[in-house]
Amino acid sequence: MTGSTDLMDIRGLTVEFEGRYRFTRALHGIDITLKRGEALGIVGESGCGKSITWMAVLGLLGRNARVGGSARLEGREILGADDARLSEIRGGRIAMIFQDPSSSLNPLHKIGWQLGEALRLHQGLTGAAARREAERLIDRVGIANARQRLGEYPHEFSGGMNQRVMIAMALAGNPDLLVADEPTTALDATIQAQILDLLDDLRRERNMALVLISHDLGMVAEMTERVVVMYCGRIVEDSPTADLFDNPAHPYTRGLIDAIPSIDGPRQRLLAIPGSVPPPDRLPSGCTFLSRCAVAGPECQRAVPTMIDAGTGGRHRAACVKLGDLLPPANAHLPAPVEIAAELV
Amino acid sequence: MKGQLTVKNLTRHYRLRQRGNLFARTKTLKAVDGLTFDVAPGEMLGIVGESGSGKSTTARLLLGHISATSGEVVFGGEKVGAVPDLAWRRMRRRMQMIYQDPLGALDPRITIGEQIGEPLIVHFPDITRDARRAKVRAVMGNVGLSSHHGDRFPHELSGGQRQRVIIARALVMEPELLVCDEPVSALDVSVQAQVLNVFQDVRARNGFTGVFISHDLKVVRQIADRVAVMYLGRIVEIGRPDEVFHQPLHPYSRALVSAVPRKGRSARERIILAGDPPNPVNVPPGCPFHTRCPQVKPVCRIERPELMSEGGRAVACHLVNNPSTARVAVADGEAA
Repeated sequence: MTGSTDLMDIRGLTVEFEGRYRFTRALHGIDITLKRGEALGIVGESGCGKSITWMAVLGLLGRNARVGGSARLEGREILGADDARLSEIRGGRIAMIFQDPSSSLNPLHKIGWQLGEALRLHQGLTGAAARREAERLIDRVGIANARQRLGEYPHEFSGGMNQRVMIAMALAGNPDLLVADEPTTALDATIQAQILDLLDDLRRERNMALVLISHDLGMVAEMTERVVVMYCGRIVEDSPTADLFDNPAHPYTRGLIDAIPSIDGPRQRLLAIPGSVPPPDRLPSGCTFLSRCAVAGPECQRAVPTMIDAGTGGRHRAACVKLGDLLPPANAHLPAPVEIAAELV
Repeated sequence: MKGQLTVKNLTRHYRLRQRGNLFARTKTLKAVDGLTFDVAPGEMLGIVGESGSGKSTTARLLLGHISATSGEVVFGGEKVGAVPDLAWRRMRRRMQMIYQDPLGALDPRITIGEQIGEPLIVHFPDITRDARRAKVRAVMGNVGLSSHHGDRFPHELSGGQRQRVIIARALVMEPELLVCDEPVSALDVSVQAQVLNVFQDVRARNGFTGVFISHDLKVVRQIADRVAVMYLGRIVEIGRPDEVFHQPLHPYSRALVSAVPRKGRSARERIILAGDPPNPVNVPPGCPFHTRCPQVKPVCRIERPELMSEGGRAVACHLVNNPSTARVAVADGEAA
């Protein structure tokens, strides 16, 4: 299972959160394999577990979370590893950047101090050497006038600049994997373009794997080679990026793609997915997408569908029992019934 | 049922004193700096722009929530003021607003049905209770809420349903002008599509004049008949969505459109603008965009381009409006 090119291998990852009376399962067995240098996108709506997956892997969830399954980094198990080993991995092997950069930085310390801390912990650099490396990193992420800016505080930086600082800190440990959790959601469109460009350059330059967690399908389409679609704590589709957008297999993926207004082409009524995401403690039995699905039938209630091949050499897989019926008109969108269903919210 | 919205040279300036220094000279933040546009009766104008471009200030000015520093807003032949007098109250009946954060705009202790009916109690106190309830039920049906939702409280609804409540509450007044400030930004993709469809349906049914503010170009294209691009409190380009989004003329609109991620395109095709938008307290002289513009010419640093319209489309850029001047000025600049 641990081929030489596999960087990360997550198998059957589950997360349960302790409530007052019982545990609520938020992740129901996630399998993700990540190759060295691969760019993987993870999409889904809020609450589908896309962030929790990586927080669980890095041991960042609180005491009320129970994590099961396995997550191996180059063949070594990291779930349940001791603090010393986790500290080595966090930042050193796997770095993570978050949505709101300003709240991830300490407002009381200068940028240079915070960056220096990361360099000391991960590379053992101190004093002038740390200072030089910090300047180099700040310069690399596109902040002009590095020396002066290292002496400033986060509040003196704009949101986009703070996100660049976060990226510089993530690079301080020379990670093999960068997990970017909605890195541009809080930023403006033109700043978002700058940050995405930077991430793409850095990934190619360092042959670093990138996991881009986002709700924006367009952004994922541009930035990644492979996409995992999540719904209600499960993976429902896993596919090479181009194939996912040309031939979406799972009805949920199709719905997501149709629900986005397009910037070109004729303007037409959106095909909305009816209803809303069920809360994690009240999931329907069988397929969790059942209640919102336009093509659901009685067979969907029987069991949670497993991932099966959806064409093209085993790299495109989806979890839907109706896949056989859905696939033949590969390029055609779903017929009219969807639109009618969309009205019955 | 409809009226024309006319905005003439609208500005709103805020005076700021430097922190920590009582005697420091005040600075002026020009949140909205000379907006002029019309919205035809029944038309939907989209406004796009980045944070700090003055979109939300414009929304509040249009409705008379805050007073303008200069310029005027005229709706349906009447001037919209910001002094809460009788005429102002009368105008309230005709104009409504939809907010970004539905939970923040709803009272957590009042049922949905009562909240939707409340504007009627305020503005039409002589309607009977039964008539009011019937009206609330009808409006709820229009936005896709079932009647049993009326007895619920905001926390019992999903995000999409709450936004429908906000829409219903605005529609119950049968407004002639509806200003929407980022109405779908807080919603997930699938729910956003539902709400956008509701918007289009009620518009087809009631036909109000509308202003729709969003940072999402795709959403604006879906909903608006005309779109204005704002940068640092000014409109830099205005036109039909197809024109503006397919053949943007202003360099800023071009960068904004190219920043919309889409499939089937390499990330390399984005136009990457250098730097951040300037602080609105220190708007650069000349064209406000010249500090980030990839095609900047010497004249852009000196002279502020006016919004010049041609066939329903207007652009504020020297390169587009006056290519010859831009070239001459280059020669001058080089000579000097």
